[in-house]
Amino acid sequence: MEQAIITRELTKEFGDFTAVDHLSFEVGQGEIFGFLGANGAGKTTAMRMLCGLLLPSSGEATVAGFDIFKQRELVKRHIGYMSQRFSLYEDLTIRENIRFYGGIYGINRSLIRSKMDALIHELNLEPMANKLVRDLPLGWKQRLAFSIAQLHDPRIVFLDEPTGGVDPITRRRFWEMIYESAARGVTMFVTTHYMDEAEYCNRVSIMVDGRIRELDTPANLKKKHRAANMNEVFLQLARDISTSN
Amino acid sequence: MADTILLNNISKNYGEIIALNQISLQVGKGELFGLIGPDGAGKSTLFRILTTLLLADSGQALVEGLDVVKDYRKIRRIMGYMPGRFSLYQDLTVRENLEFFAAVFGTTISEQYPLIREIYEQIEPFNGRRAGKLSGGMKQKLALCCALIHNPVVLFLDEPTTGVDAVSRQEFWEMLMRLKGRGITILVSTPYMDEAVLCQRVALIQHGKILSVDTPEGIIQAYRKPIWKLVSGESYQLLKYLRSLQITDTCYPFGDSLHLTLKQGFQDKQALMELLGEHFRDGYQLEEMKPGIEDCFMELMEKEG
Repeated sequence: MEQAIITRELTKEFGDFTAVDHLSFEVGQGEIFGFLGANGAGKTTAMRMLCGLLLPSSGEATVAGFDIFKQRELVKRHIGYMSQRFSLYEDLTIRENIRFYGGIYGINRSLIRSKMDALIHELNLEPMANKLVRDLPLGWKQRLAFSIAQLHDPRIVFLDEPTGGVDPITRRRFWEMIYESAARGVTMFVTTHYMDEAEYCNRVSIMVDGRIRELDTPANLKKKHRAANMNEVFLQLARDISTSN
Repeated sequence: MADTILLNNISKNYGEIIALNQISLQVGKGELFGLIGPDGAGKSTLFRILTTLLLADSGQALVEGLDVVKDYRKIRRIMGYMPGRFSLYQDLTVRENLEFFAAVFGTTISEQYPLIREIYEQIEPFNGRRAGKLSGGMKQKLALCCALIHNPVVLFLDEPTTGVDAVSRQEFWEMLMRLKGRGITILVSTPYMDEAVLCQRVALIQHGKILSVDTPEGIIQAYRKPIWKLVSGESYQLLKYLRSLQITDTCYPFGDSLHLTLKQGFQDKQALMELLGEHFRDGYQLEEMKPGIEDCFMELMEKEG
């Protein structure tokens, strides 16, 4: 099967600091992949490279079939991205946000229009469609942001702490949307600080000091570390390193 | 026991948005009290009112018997506050920030060293680094030191662990436990439900209303329904199937398992197992479980609608 992400010895140095240190891993098409690590482990730097936003120092990688060194514009066009911090324009309406992002992704007008109607219908947003995004409850905003990130039918979506601060019911609804998209074959690349969410992933990687320390299914990781849950696995690995420093 | 914090029918609206709706609460002296709720629940508004930075529309709030409106100057001298957003001077160094806050309160680092030592020692090697260049966990430690530098009797910590990794979160809570041991009253908010059990008492808060106030154990005991835990290799299919059943009340994923409650009158484990057996021949485990705070919060949310 075609892989959504392939990296070989991917490295990023800032001066004499190696933020991402020879990363080699693959993520399958339609996989829900949890990308975990402590603050400062190099997750954000790695993710920015994979999204075509930052040029790596060395190594090689393809995302959605495009080279992240030579085809960064194509990478950007073929991925979706959503984060808790930045997703939608608060002072635009729901319709305006959809139209705006549709334009950014170069979708033609008639297609934007039909996608807009479908999306608004699917999310039951008809009564709110002309309201400012600012006035939407947080949970709706997130679902909208998630859908907009897939407006251009990307093969892979990067979700950067998508559920931070959300109530527990909304957080779970959001994960159901992740499952549905993955079932349609879209790869979900997710970062989170909620370790129970790590359990929802098909596989997770745990980054420590710029390297991937572990990469496996949650079940195998728990077995290997004799842990009751992913939180324990994470604490073992991350604490191990922080005390050896 | 004397109350360090007393809230009596506090309400606050922002235009049409109701941020706080008749909140009443008491926090005892030396208590480690948690405000547990998602973004937008009203936690930060409550902190701003208690720290004398925002006026409530109605109701009364006292800190150590002092009124937040009339006695705001006195309250500011005895409280430490760590806002949700990092609010130290990014272009000052670690040491300069600490010296600045000490000077504002007419004290010095050396005078307060015993109180902040345990936390400060962890960031002291970075004394010369600008606050803006610190990692998330370090910023948090510096902010806590600055909030403690004038030896406050009460600490207000607004989401100190949000966006912080699991290791730093655990370390932070260990620090709070030690501060509690020194008799400091701590009001701390968090969106992480698992942190609730680390508090003596908690208020679960949603849409500006308190859903429940109790000890974590008390909140769990108030959950009356039987709740079942299911583990299977195919959680998502099982979830969808269970949701489609008439007898299912709620079904939610929790880590590697599902938590299930049934409608009244359907609490027969045998019947449920038979029903599941037809569809899921592969091994699954079904057992009755003790609910967690998150189960309780979700149940209370659903009751509120």
